Amino acid sequence: MNALNDSILTLILLVPLAGAALIAILPDRGKLSAWIALLTALVSFGLTLHLPAHFVVGRPGFQFAVNSPWIQNPAIFYHVGVDGLSLWLVVLTGLLAPVGVLASWNAIKERRKLYYALFMVQQTAMFGVFISLDLMVYYGFWELSLVPMAIIIAMYGRKDGPKAALKFFLFTFIPSAPLLVAILWLYARTGTFSFSELQLLIASGALPAGPLFWTALAFLFAFAVKVPIFPLHGWLAETFSEAPVALAMVVAGKLGLYSMLRFHVALFPAQTRAIAPLLIALTVIGILYGACLALVQRDFWRLIAFATVSHFSLTTLGIYGLTLTGRDGAIYQILNQGVIEGALFVLLGVLETRYASSQIASYGGVASKLPRTATFFVITALAMVGLPMLNGFVGEFMILSSTFTGVSRGWAIAAAISVILGAAYMLSLVQNLFYGPESNMTSSKPGVDLNFGELAVLAPLAVLMLVMGLAPSIWMQSIEKSAHPTQTGWTTTLPLRAPVANALKNTEAGQ
Amino acid sequence: MNPYDNLRLLPEIILTITGVIVMLIDATLATGIARRPLGWIAAIGTTAALWASLYQLRLPTGTAYFGTVETSPFTVFFHVLICGIVLVTILLALDTLPEDSHHQGEYYALVSFGAVGMCLLTGAVELLVVFIALEISSISTYVLAGYRKQTGKGPEAAIKYFLLGSFATAFLLYGIALIFGVTGSTQVYEIAHRVPAAQNHTMVVTALVLMLVGILFKVSAAPFHVWTPDVYEGAPSPVVALLSTAPKAAVFALLLRVVYEMLPTLRSVWSPLLWVVAVLSMTVGNLAALRQENVKRMLAYSSIAHAGYLLAAFAGLGTTGVAAAAFYIAAYAAMNVGIFAVVTLASGYDEHLPLVRDFRGLLYRSPLLGSLLIFFLISLVGIPFTGGFFGKFYSFSAAVGGGAVVLAIIGLLNSGLASAYYLRLAFAAAQRPDDQDARSRVPLPQIGIAVGAALLFTVGATLSLGIVPGDALRAAETAAHTLQIPLADDTTTEVTLPQQHQQPQP
Repeated sequence: MNALNDSILTLILLVPLAGAALIAILPDRGKLSAWIALLTALVSFGLTLHLPAHFVVGRPGFQFAVNSPWIQNPAIFYHVGVDGLSLWLVVLTGLLAPVGVLASWNAIKERRKLYYALFMVQQTAMFGVFISLDLMVYYGFWELSLVPMAIIIAMYGRKDGPKAALKFFLFTFIPSAPLLVAILWLYARTGTFSFSELQLLIASGALPAGPLFWTALAFLFAFAVKVPIFPLHGWLAETFSEAPVALAMVVAGKLGLYSMLRFHVALFPAQTRAIAPLLIALTVIGILYGACLALVQRDFWRLIAFATVSHFSLTTLGIYGLTLTGRDGAIYQILNQGVIEGALFVLLGVLETRYASSQIASYGGVASKLPRTATFFVITALAMVGLPMLNGFVGEFMILSSTFTGVSRGWAIAAAISVILGAAYMLSLVQNLFYGPESNMTSSKPGVDLNFGELAVLAPLAVLMLVMGLAPSIWMQSIEKSAHPTQTGWTTTLPLRAPVANALKNTEAGQ
Repeated sequence: MNPYDNLRLLPEIILTITGVIVMLIDATLATGIARRPLGWIAAIGTTAALWASLYQLRLPTGTAYFGTVETSPFTVFFHVLICGIVLVTILLALDTLPEDSHHQGEYYALVSFGAVGMCLLTGAVELLVVFIALEISSISTYVLAGYRKQTGKGPEAAIKYFLLGSFATAFLLYGIALIFGVTGSTQVYEIAHRVPAAQNHTMVVTALVLMLVGILFKVSAAPFHVWTPDVYEGAPSPVVALLSTAPKAAVFALLLRVVYEMLPTLRSVWSPLLWVVAVLSMTVGNLAALRQENVKRMLAYSSIAHAGYLLAAFAGLGTTGVAAAAFYIAAYAAMNVGIFAVVTLASGYDEHLPLVRDFRGLLYRSPLLGSLLIFFLISLVGIPFTGGFFGKFYSFSAAVGGGAVVLAIIGLLNSGLASAYYLRLAFAAAQRPDDQDARSRVPLPQIGIAVGAALLFTVGATLSLGIVPGDALRAAETAAHTLQIPLADDTTTEVTLPQQHQQPQP
């Protein structure tokens, strides 16, 4: 099993890519591409399950790590590894791949080959973001993750695909320009792109504080747009309403939130503390703003988009409250959101393929025609609202309670209002879509309930929501014990390269 | 002069012979006979020249013909690059020039002669040879730009290019004359040696500025870029594929030689100048490209912007800057030739579909061409794992390493801006075709062997420069080391003496 441990992360990266290549080579005939994509997604999900099975809880540092030189000058290393923070995110990404393929099964009717090939490339890019420990490799996957998404939005957009795609791309691509300059500046100063080495070096105070402030800000800005944090959320609503269900589901939030935790909070602790009050204020505004806007949306994709702004802002609040509980809650909430939104997007996709409308007002009384859809929708909505015993509750509770005790009661109370607002918009959505009198549209179209594929996706997700709500310790154990560098006295096991060692020496001499 | 001298000019000699053969056969063939096989002769000749350049790596670095021509890893890097570009554009022309075309033979001969000039330009270390080489390459490209004589825009492009081009060459020549006046030499190493001691500093600076004007015109950097969009629009696409890459590569080699090798002591003068030109080129190019509806004009402005990104590398110190610039040229050439190849196929030789909206639904009409178009556009945007990304990455990391952080920020923000117009085209191609639109029903040409090879070559180069750039970068670094750059901090008197008339050891 040791051999597999060393190459598992590389395999996880390569399997979707191999699937994409296979899809690209084979002819575009019927559902052939979809079947290959499903098979690839299942294999890669299986591979990601290897990680928690062999993850040693409590061992400091990164596990399953590979560190081999890629390019000599500048020194870029193919350095990958997972810790408690990224472990479950990789598994979540793996889980959402087959879900995404099945959600696209009937929704995507033309150019299947291209669609599934791009979907698989997207998977690779996401895995890459979560496991890269070299800043350049990380940046590479971060940028790559934009491309398949943008092309697919342009191809399959519901109304004006190219416009939404361009908006999405520019919103996320332009902030990564300062990010790249910041990374290059760090390299020019230290001679390394390695996350662990940079972490030590920045902590040692060897770098000048002024430029470091801007560097940290450049990192944060790029991530904040991706999450998105208020007021940088301009791209989200349009992307959600134009993108095919599967894509909107797999990219939402995770990348930005993970990057904040890994490459902002952990890399620039001093700068994070300096900017945290601003972020706390922005996230609370975002929580309430998103929830209020969600209340008045007429289109359910837009409603979900603003609900997402609200929920991700709450998660960010957990991160920048800078308490350990808040942090664990935030990590857990990222996973919860992935599962809940996965199910929600599939369900809304089911409705849209059946009725070809995303206007909430045109629905009504669907429950009598699609009873199983209604059941799953109610479960998902309750999980999203934060009903105890379902997973949304655990994360939200941890974040809010830690904010209350550790940050500020005022902010915590303000943020907690969103729980009420959340219940209001989600339950009224359920009410308007599924109950009440049957609308003209609902009664005029034949009601086709969930088919086998959709059921195969939703049932496990619903079970997962319940298990994650009842027994969070399965996940929390590895999150708590491995994600805190300070708590476990985590240090790098890598030999320091010359510039790093020199810089460290200089600081010691200076003191 | 000794027999080994000829080996140092081997690629140029092969290319000249190829051009002459093509021309002679063309003249003797009867009018009705297809000229297409001549293209294959030119392709074979170019391949031979490419191998000859690689063979030159075995020769020790040194000069020939009384210190006028040099062979070194630097020249070999650019020779291989230029021959590669020329080869791909010949392959492209083989399948896309119309079969009944007037003067196909002329076309291949001119391309070969142009390649002679470009190769010679990268190897020349004597300013008069530089001038002659530049003229050889320019005159061929002037004629090629007007290749579509029957259209109005062809001759317009050629005349514009010719008039402005000769004007710029005059600037260069003036600069050469002034520098000869100050130092009494036209040999690059001699000049480098004598400039620090020169009495008339103002005249040296004037000479440098005049030479820069001539050179920057040729690479279409702002504010000397106005000819570019008109010429690119008027010239046939296979020619533009050549025009926008190979001569630029050669002239950038010259620029590297002039600033890093001949006048490194004037760094304080040329560095801020190039900084300004870089920023201007990126910004002007990108802003203008945003407003273009014609794809070729858009790509013309994009090439102006890319000249700006490339010039950012000149802010880098010593070998880093040179290596970054050399690598960027290679990456840029690969993706730009590729995209013009796709544009040639998609809009046809006669360009009845020249606008961005005509590309709508290309992905549906021809999945292969559509995917390739999007791929090259993504590389031009600078997305990782393509050559375009590493080009930009090295260029801006050289700039940051040289302390020009502001330049890097402007550059990268510019590349964000640029993604708007590249993706407009990419997304138009990805969009569902409009069924009402008659234009979208025009059948696309079959992809033949030659064009297929050209596309494969460019895709391969763009991808490998993006995923395994190590080898190319090492070549660029070796090339950079052979430019005799004095250390950044050394005193001006320690400029290394050239190894003139060095005899190769057989």
